[in-house]
Amino acid sequence: MTKHPAQPPAAPGQFEPRIVAFFCNWCTYTAADLAGVSRLKYAPNVRVIRVMCSGRVDPQFVLEAFAKGADGVLLGGCHPGDCHYAEGNYKTLRRMRMLERMLKAMGVEDGRFRLEWISGAEGDKVRAVVNEMTARVRALGPLDLPGRFQEWDKEMEELEKRVGTADAPEVAHAR
Amino acid sequence: MPDKPKVAFYWCASCGGCEEAVVDLAEDILKVVEAVDIVLWPVAMDFKKADVEARPDKSIAVAFINGAIRTSEQEEWVRMLRRKAGLVVSFGACANSGGIPALANQFKKEQILKYVYEDCPGVDNPAKTRPQTETTDEGRTVTLPEFRSMVRSLDEVIEVDYYLPGCPPTPKLIMAAVGAILAGKLPPQGTVLSPDNALCEECKRKDSKPADLALTEFKRPHQIQIDPEKCMLAQGLVCMGPATRSGCEARCVEGNMPCTGCFGPSSRVKDQGAKFVSSVFSNIAPKEAPEIDKVLDGIPDPIGTFYRYGLSKCILRRKLN
Amino acid sequence: MADNNGNQKDGLPRIGFYICHCGTNIAGVIDVAAVAKYVAGLPGVVVSRDYKYMCSDPGQEMIAADIREHKLERLVVAACSPNLHEETFRKAAAKGGLNSFYFQMVNIREHASWVHEDKAAATQKAKDLARAAVYRVRFHQSLEKKQVPVDPNVLVVGGGIAGIHAALTLANAGKKVTLVERESTIGGHMAAFDKTFPTLDCAACILTPKMSAVKSHPNITLWTYSEVEKVEGYVGNYKVTVRRKPRYVKEDLCVGCMECIDACVFKEPKFPAKFDQGLGKRKPVYIDFPQATPKVVMIDPETCIQFKTGKCKKSCAAACDRDAIDFAQKPEIKELQVGAIVLATGFQTFDSKKAPQYGYGKYPGVYTALEIERLVNASGPTSGEVTLRDGRHPKSVGIIHCVGSRDEKTNKWCSRVCCMYSLKLAHLIKEHSGAEVYNFYIDMRAPGKAYEEFYDKLLSEGVHFIRGRVAEVTDWAMTPEEEGKLVLRVEDTLAGFVRRVPVDMVVLSTGLEPKADAQEVRRRFNIGCGNEGFFQERHPKLAPVNTFTDGVFIAGACQAPKDIPDTVAQAGAAAAEALALIDAGHVELEPNTSHVVEEECSGCKSCVALCPYTAITFNESKKKAEINEVLCKGCGVCAAACPSGSIKQNLFEDDEIFSEIEGVLGK
Repeated sequence: MTKHPAQPPAAPGQFEPRIVAFFCNWCTYTAADLAGVSRLKYAPNVRVIRVMCSGRVDPQFVLEAFAKGADGVLLGGCHPGDCHYAEGNYKTLRRMRMLERMLKAMGVEDGRFRLEWISGAEGDKVRAVVNEMTARVRALGPLDLPGRFQEWDKEMEELEKRVGTADAPEVAHAR
Repeated sequence: MPDKPKVAFYWCASCGGCEEAVVDLAEDILKVVEAVDIVLWPVAMDFKKADVEARPDKSIAVAFINGAIRTSEQEEWVRMLRRKAGLVVSFGACANSGGIPALANQFKKEQILKYVYEDCPGVDNPAKTRPQTETTDEGRTVTLPEFRSMVRSLDEVIEVDYYLPGCPPTPKLIMAAVGAILAGKLPPQGTVLSPDNALCEECKRKDSKPADLALTEFKRPHQIQIDPEKCMLAQGLVCMGPATRSGCEARCVEGNMPCTGCFGPSSRVKDQGAKFVSSVFSNIAPKEAPEIDKVLDGIPDPIGTFYRYGLSKCILRRKLN
Repeated sequence: MADNNGNQKDGLPRIGFYICHCGTNIAGVIDVAAVAKYVAGLPGVVVSRDYKYMCSDPGQEMIAADIREHKLERLVVAACSPNLHEETFRKAAAKGGLNSFYFQMVNIREHASWVHEDKAAATQKAKDLARAAVYRVRFHQSLEKKQVPVDPNVLVVGGGIAGIHAALTLANAGKKVTLVERESTIGGHMAAFDKTFPTLDCAACILTPKMSAVKSHPNITLWTYSEVEKVEGYVGNYKVTVRRKPRYVKEDLCVGCMECIDACVFKEPKFPAKFDQGLGKRKPVYIDFPQATPKVVMIDPETCIQFKTGKCKKSCAAACDRDAIDFAQKPEIKELQVGAIVLATGFQTFDSKKAPQYGYGKYPGVYTALEIERLVNASGPTSGEVTLRDGRHPKSVGIIHCVGSRDEKTNKWCSRVCCMYSLKLAHLIKEHSGAEVYNFYIDMRAPGKAYEEFYDKLLSEGVHFIRGRVAEVTDWAMTPEEEGKLVLRVEDTLAGFVRRVPVDMVVLSTGLEPKADAQEVRRRFNIGCGNEGFFQERHPKLAPVNTFTDGVFIAGACQAPKDIPDTVAQAGAAAAEALALIDAGHVELEPNTSHVVEEECSGCKSCVALCPYTAITFNESKKKAEINEVLCKGCGVCAAACPSGSIKQNLFEDDEIFSEIEGVLGK
C-alpha cells in the first residue's frame, strides 16, 4: 500500500512526545480512519479528539492541551474550499494564524502547534504528518507545562509552610 | 453594643488605583465606616503587621486585597490575611488576574533585574549591584523581600472567596459587594461580583455593531478620529468588550475609548485572550494566509492587547522560554 | 471486570466501559484485558469488561443487561470508528433504557490497533483514549434526535445511462424526478457507441428506448442543456437552483421535424459536430443525432449568422410553422425542492495530447477510441465505414491500450473498460474493414460475465495481441515497407525483443478520468473527491453509492471508471437508497446543534455572520442572538467563537471537550 517505511522504532529511553490532535469529522478524522483501514503504520504519539468541524476548535483548547501536558497540538481540517460546512476551515485558519503569533510571543516553539488540511482521501497524509510532527516535537523535547507549573510554584513552598493558612491552600491553576 | 464586623484592606503589586476607588465611594464610605471596624488599611491608617498578627484566626470578617503578587512579602501578608479573615475578596484586575504588572510575565526575572539595575537609561550602577534578600552591614543584618520569578494572581497564592473585577472596580460594584457581605447574602464561593454577561450587553453603541464585521484592517485609537456613536469594532478598533464581563457600564466606551478588558472574561471562559481571538478573528474578511497576516499585522502586540489585565490567567501563565 | 454495585460512585454518574477485541483486529495488538482493568479503576466506572465482538447481538445484549442491572448512567465503548458503529451502541444504550447520547465511543481500531505495531504503545494509547471518554461522558446530556420530513421528489444530475436508469427506477416507483443534463440531449457516452461489449448488441437499440421512456414518463421532468448552479438545505430538504441555458428554440413548440435545418442559409453542414468527435459536420442549427432526446433542435450562437451579424434572412425561422425559433431566448433560473439527489455526472476520456509520444494531433492516422466509436457507427459520419482522414481505407490498425491509465506519468488507475472496448473495436474494425488489427496491451483485463469468453473469441478471429506498452508512434520509416506508415515501437515482453509494427491507423484506448469540473461540482453538492478526483463514496464496500452528505448519492463513472453493467447496477442501487430515504418519510438529524443560552448572551452579534446556513439571527426586540435548530448543521463554529461562552453545541460542549483534553493527557 505504501512505499514509505513505518515509523522507525523509538530508541529505548528516548523522549516520547504526547500530541493531542483535533480532527474534523468529515475530512481529517475520516482520513485517519482510512489510514487505519489501509493499515498504514505511524507513530503512536497522537491522541485524536473528534470535532465536527475544525471551526469548533477554540484557541483555548490548544492552550489547555499544552497546559495539561501535551508536547504538541495538531489541528486537522478539510482543505480550503472543501469544508463540509462551507467555510468553517477559513474561520479556523484566521483564528489560528493569530494563535500562532500568540504562541510565539509566549515562547512556545515553532512546530509544537500545527494546522494541517487533510482530506478524507488522504490517509497517507495523516501518516506522514503524524510521523513528521512526532519527530519534530521529539527533537524539541518535552514541553511539560504541568511540571513547569509545579516548578515555578516551588518558590512559594517555604513561605507557605512557615506562614501557613487557615484553609488548605488551593491554587487556581491546580483546580 | 455588639462588635462591628472587622474589615481589612491590603495592597500588593498595584498602582493605588484600587485604593482611589474606595475613596471614590465618597459619602458612601461613611456608611461603610459606620457599619464596620477597619483593622488594616495601609494607604490610609497606621496599623502594623504585628497588630494584625496578634488577632485571632478568622477574627476579621473580610479582607479586601488588591494588587498582584510579585514578592515574598506580599505572599506572606496575604497568607496571614487568609488565616485571619473569614472571607477574602480579590479586589481589582491585578489581584484577580495579574493586571498590568502581569505583563512582566513576558520577561524572565533576570531580564527585568538587568534592565532595571543596569541597562535602563539613567541608571548609574557601575558595580552592577542588585538588591539582595539579605545583607550585613556593620554587623547588622538587613533583609529585603524576594522578587519572585513571576507575577501571580491572588488566587494562585491563597484561596479566594469572591472577586471584584475592574481596573479599578467601580464604586457601585464595591458598595453592592459590601452590602451583600454585610447582609450575609452571598453567592456561591468563587463568584465574580459583577453581571455574567459580556460588556456589549450594557454598551450604548450595541445597536451600531453590524452583524458582519468582515474586518479588513485593525487600527489603533491614535490613528483615527473615533466616531463617538459607532461600535468600536465596526471602526476597526480592538474593543475587548465582547469578551469582557459587564458591570462597568461601558465607561471607557462612554469616554470614546475601546474596552481593554479589565473586567476579565465571563464565568464560562477560561482564557479571555484566546477566546477573544477565537471570536474576532473568525470575523475578519480575508481567506488566504498572506491577506490574513496583513490584517493581523495591525495588532503589533497581541499579548499586550489581549491579556492587558490578565496574563497571569492566560492558560499558559507566563512566557515559557 | 470490576463491579462496585451500589449507587453513584465517587459522586459521579455510574459509568460502564466495554472494550471490543474485534476478533484479533484489536486484541492482536492491544492488551484489551489490561485496558479494561485500568479503566475499572477510574472514578465513576462501575463495570468494565472486554468482549470478543461488542457489535454482535450478545455484545449489545450484555450492554443492555448491564445498564439495567448495574444502574449504569453512562456508557463508553472502545471499539472501531464511530463512523461505523456509533449508531449500533447508541441503540444498545437505548435498549438498556439509557438515553442514547449518554454514550461515547472510543476508536481504538482504525486509530490504534491497525496503525501501530508497538503493542505497549498501542495499549497505552487505548488507555488514554478510554480515559478521555470516561472523563468526557460524565458531562453528556440527555438528547433527542429531531425528526424532519423528507421531500419525496428527487433530482438526478446527469443524463447518461446511469442517470437515465436511476431516474426511470425512481419514476417507476412513483417518485417525481427531475433529470438535469448539461448537454442538449440525454444519452451520454453510450449514445455515441455503436456496439457494446461483450454481447455486441447495438448501443442505440438498448439505450434509445430508455431515452424515450425518460421523455414520456409522467413522473420525470427532463431539463437538458441545463446545469445545477446552487444547492442549499440538508438531507430530505434540498433547495436546488438550476440554470436552463438558451437553445434559441422553444422546447415546448419544437417537434423535431428538422425543416429548419434544411432551410438554414448554410446549404451544407460546415462546422465540426461535437457529438461526432469533430469527424462529422453540422450546421449552426442542428440536432446531435437522430434519436436525440428531447428531439429538439438548437442553434449555436457562435456559428449562426443571425447571432454574429444580425443580418441573416432567418430562413430557419421562416421554415418553422410552429414559430419555435426564438433568437431572443434568455437563460432561465429554476428552483426545485427535493429530498434526495443522485449524481451521475459521468467521466471524460483522457486527453491524448498529454501522451505526445503517440502522435495524436500530429499524425492524422492517429485516432482516439471515441473517434473510432463514431467511425464504426452506422449512424456516424462515415455511416460505419472505417476510413482514414485522407479517405484511404486502412489495411492495418494498431490499438494501443492503457493510454492515460496505469501510468505513473498520467493516471495511475486502471480504467477498467479499455481492454474490453479495445477488443470490441478490434472486432468491429476487422468486421467493417477487413484490416489486420494489432492490440498492444500491458495486461489483458477481462473480469466480467462473458468477458474472458469475448477475449477468446477475438483471439480466434485472428486479431493480433502483442504484450507491451508502446514506446512511440512515428512516421520515420526504416525499411521500404514502413514507408508511408505509422510505426509503433514496442518491447514485446512475451517474445523478449523490440518490435516495429507499421500500420495505417492507430487507435488510442484512452482511459477514463474525472470530469474537468468534478471539483466544482462536488463542492456544489458538498461531497468529497478521492485523490484521483472521482467522487468519494461513504464506504468503499458497505456504502458505495452513499456520500458523506446524507441524501446525496452517486452512480456510474463519476465515482470511478466502470462499464455499463456495473453503472446500471450502481444507478439502481443509488435509486434504491434514495427510495429508502424518501419512503421512510422523515429523517432523524444528529442533535449536535448549537443553541444560545439567552440569559448569558450579550447580543454582541459575533456569531451571526459566522453561520453559513443563516441559522443564527439577531432578535431585535430581545437584543439576543437566536439559533434556528432546524437550519443548524452542527459545525460548532459559533460555539467556538462566542466571546462570552454563551453558545453551547450539543455533544461538543466546552466541558465535554475540556474534560476530554484532560482525560487524554491524564495519567
